[in-house]
Amino acid sequence: MTTTTLAVLVPLLPFLGSAAGLLLGRRAPGFVRPLAVLPTLAAAVLAVFVAARQGGGKTIEAATQLTPTGSVPIDLALHIDGFAALAAVLVGVVATCVQIYSTGYLRDDPRYPSYAALVSLFTSAMLLVVYSGDLMVLLVGWEIMGICSYFLVGHYWETPEARAASLKAFLVTKLGDVPFLIGLFALAADAGTFRIDGILGAVAGDGLDHPTLIALLLLAGVAGKSAQFPLHTWLPDAMAGPTPVSALIHAATMVAAGIYFVARLLPVFASSSAALTVLAVMAAITMVGSALAALAQDDIKRVLAYSTIGQLGYMAGALAVGDRGAAVFHLLSHGAFKALLFLAAGAVIHAAGTNSLSAMSRMSGLTRRIPDAYWTMTVALLALAALPPFAGFFSKEAVLVAAEHTALGDRTVAPAGAGWTVLVAGLLTALLTAAYAMRLWLLAFRGRGAEAPDHGRQPLAMTTVLWVLAVPSLGFGLSVTYLDDWFDGHALTPTVTTAVLGTGIAVVGALVTYAVWQRTRALAARTPLGAVAAHPEGGAGLVEAEAIAGHAPAYGDIASAPDPADPGRVLLGPLHRHAATGFHLDAVYRTLFVRPVQAGASLVRFLDREVVDTYVRGAGTGTNWLGWLVRRAQTGNVQTYLSALLAGSVVLAIAAVVLANVAAGA
Amino acid sequence: MHLAYPAVLAALLFCVGLYGVLARRNAILVLMSVELMLNAVNLNLVAFDVWLRDTLHAGQAFTLFIIAIAAAEIGIGLAIVLMVYRNRGSSDVDRLRDTAETDESAPAPGEAPAAAGEKAEATA
Repeated sequence: MTTTTLAVLVPLLPFLGSAAGLLLGRRAPGFVRPLAVLPTLAAAVLAVFVAARQGGGKTIEAATQLTPTGSVPIDLALHIDGFAALAAVLVGVVATCVQIYSTGYLRDDPRYPSYAALVSLFTSAMLLVVYSGDLMVLLVGWEIMGICSYFLVGHYWETPEARAASLKAFLVTKLGDVPFLIGLFALAADAGTFRIDGILGAVAGDGLDHPTLIALLLLAGVAGKSAQFPLHTWLPDAMAGPTPVSALIHAATMVAAGIYFVARLLPVFASSSAALTVLAVMAAITMVGSALAALAQDDIKRVLAYSTIGQLGYMAGALAVGDRGAAVFHLLSHGAFKALLFLAAGAVIHAAGTNSLSAMSRMSGLTRRIPDAYWTMTVALLALAALPPFAGFFSKEAVLVAAEHTALGDRTVAPAGAGWTVLVAGLLTALLTAAYAMRLWLLAFRGRGAEAPDHGRQPLAMTTVLWVLAVPSLGFGLSVTYLDDWFDGHALTPTVTTAVLGTGIAVVGALVTYAVWQRTRALAARTPLGAVAAHPEGGAGLVEAEAIAGHAPAYGDIASAPDPADPGRVLLGPLHRHAATGFHLDAVYRTLFVRPVQAGASLVRFLDREVVDTYVRGAGTGTNWLGWLVRRAQTGNVQTYLSALLAGSVVLAIAAVVLANVAAGA
Repeated sequence: MHLAYPAVLAALLFCVGLYGVLARRNAILVLMSVELMLNAVNLNLVAFDVWLRDTLHAGQAFTLFIIAIAAAEIGIGLAIVLMVYRNRGSSDVDRLRDTAETDESAPAPGEAPAAAGEKAEATA
């Protein structure tokens, strides 16, 4: 088969698997698991083949016109360069891991068939986004991902948290998608085509007429999808979905779609230094803010969610300094270790029966219950904190090196101010990242107190996947010298300055957290805390749903717990209160958007109920009264009718005579 | 003879008939009043026929028609009155108010069962 055929099959197979799963899910339950796992696995294998054949060499282009539109045609086009080939491998591998993990994690879930089909559909849409060479087709995949995310976040729709979170995720991302769509149209109108190669050719040739406007409109969609400030607030709440969904959608792939999109169209953004500066500032605020918020969260998955936002900020920062190689490199390594972190967190939540770090810090022996999750999570946290030689170190260094070069003027793609912004924010975030990674690890695995409950061994499907993902988390960074051929070609290797600076800062952050934890852990015994799920013996999915639903009633808030032994509380000091709520951004949005919309809705309700309905009801009441009057005349007495008839005849006769006389007189 | 005498007589007869139709309560008397009105019309027709010296005597022909139709009408009318009397035990026109519009569409209590009982009695 040609490479093109293979590449077409990559998004097609999970789509077919999803359609078959949705159709057969109820009638043939035996086929659900194979239909979920096998097409995704085949797509992953094919993606590896495509990547091997493409080999970072010449871009593979293939297109067939989908529909003539009269102006700008829409094509079914493939555009596979090194970025697309590697991103597709990441999506395929993570999606396969997640599907296998889900067979164990949601073993007893009654809605597993539709869940698996939606995950397959999501995988297919993401692969479409990755491979598509036409922006309209890319948009189709982009929107399918949005709706799949909505359904999957709301998987536990019995709980109000999940319902609210799924709606929020959908609305906030759509808020970005509207300007995104307008930006796409503006871009296509400017360049005369939706094809990516055509657009890049137009940018390289004459340039665009309004690059800043287009870039800013597109950035709105990217900020929504990739959870960048100020549209990031949906991502922490999206953790109300099952853990595998968080791992696949909200860590490794969908949120990376925005970054990937900017990477594809980087020349468009690079032609406007204002857009790059906006992106740099956005990335810097996102990085630092999310890292501070992560330090204050109590729900283990919300820590990871804020950490995802921060890492996406690194990628956006790399794009802001015009280095898409570094951005996609970080995207790939982050996809691997963040998926691992989430999947391991799922195992931890199942074993501990709670998602609260405060409760876990009062529980001992968790490491003995789930040794696989413990070791793999340690690897992934080291990668997250960017300590050498783990994957995160190399990719984060690539970002910092690009920022440093831009700041010092060695690279001229982006303004130096953007470089300084990203560099300073990146180093500060490295400190905070190490701190919250250390806090997470200490609270989850170094707790003291009652023995953790024993639920037996985790299913093999879950533990195997963890070790599979631990391999790239550990070793992917070592491919750095080989990888730059796949990307734009400039080196991604760390330099001594940033390596020493970044690693040193990370170590300092971790050590400070450790020291604080040493002092505060004594407090833990004095303030008992901890509530576990109602059915700790149940399946992992059930335990997690109960843990999420139980967090707010047990600790007073969905994000934080009143735990004086939390090192994050000591480190953040007075900031903790604000960081725990994500710096009150939700409250601001509530005042700015939710309240006015609700007021408008009540106004419309008033107009409908009181004004429009009055007319409608009045029409009925008036007819009734008229009918009542006419009914008075119906006495049933024939003689009355005859009298009325006679009176009428007499009146008519007199009128006729009078009129005749008047006419005659005139 | 002057036309005024039969015309006045016809008008008086018609008024008596009209009064009977509108004011009498006995159905048979109402029917008789209808006959009075018809005969007033007949009188008019004959009088005008003579007065106009109509060669075709259309007035007299009409009168014959009316007499025939009145005979048929009174036969059917009396049959109806008889049936109503058998059903209700009365031929009072004021009490035949089944088509009256009331606020509640069901007939007034007490009236309907009595009517049904009398009907059963009549058919037996």
